Amino acid sequence: MKARVHVMLKNGVLDPQGEAVRHALGALGFDKVEGVRQGKVIDLDLAEDATEADVTAMCEKLLANTVIESFSIEMQ
Amino acid sequence: MKAAVVVFPGSNCDRDLAVAFEQAGFDVTMVWHKESALPEGVDIVGVPGGFSYGDYLRCGAIAAQSPICQAIVGHAERGGYALGVCNGFQILTETGLLPGALLRNAGLKYICRNVGLKVATADSVFTQGYTAGDEVTVPIAHHDGNYFADAHVIEALQAEDRVAFTYSDNPNGSAADIAGILSENRRVLGMMPHPERAADDGHGGTDGKAMFRALADIMANA
Repeated sequence: MKARVHVMLKNGVLDPQGEAVRHALGALGFDKVEGVRQGKVIDLDLAEDATEADVTAMCEKLLANTVIESFSIEMQ
Repeated sequence: MKAAVVVFPGSNCDRDLAVAFEQAGFDVTMVWHKESALPEGVDIVGVPGGFSYGDYLRCGAIAAQSPICQAIVGHAERGGYALGVCNGFQILTETGLLPGALLRNAGLKYICRNVGLKVATADSVFTQGYTAGDEVTVPIAHHDGNYFADAHVIEALQAEDRVAFTYSDNPNGSAADIAGILSENRRVLGMMPHPERAADDGHGGTDGKAMFRALADIMANA
């Protein structure tokens, strides 16, 4: 079983890297970009009996810092 | 009086922190991160700066899960003292001993220079050697020092007089210019600037020395 975890800075938390990417896209002439948020994707190879609850626990304990980040999980 | 300085793979201020404690009169033991207990009778634990685990995942995130960090949490919960500097501050927030988190600097650049700090409270063992309102000069050296916490956490820190230091001229975008904060019991301090790099004449400044001297005074008489 596999899971894909997306970790993003929460809305309202300044994302200076996303801002820098937005500026760079603007400088390249991509003038339709109104905002960029940068995050992480973490792919997990899991035992067959792993559940989404297991992955949620991993996110809360280590993979995301819920003070500043939100996460979403895709079980595949 | 005894200090322990934790060493993680990637720590690089561990020796500086140990020397600052030693010069103030502490017996210092270096403790490897895989140890699951602190040495007997330790008064204060120093969590040093550096790039523990290469800053993988998030600064301090992996170090916060190491066996020694469980021992540090236990020590702090028993009322023990702890000082986290730079990466040490990041680690202490990741363990939950201190609130908030350290984000990438607002200007995206790694900043390494002396900064002016305002002593926001003298009401702690760490800052009692200063007077509230004093301005001191201490170096910073970080890429992720932009302190963030929810507005209600910032308000609580201010209302409870738990902001230890603020930046005179905010270099990194930190909320409320915060450079260092205290735990609820005022015995754990986390700060991004490096007092141990301003603790000897050879450093070009000695404004950090008062912190180590004050800690030694309190712990010698404990």
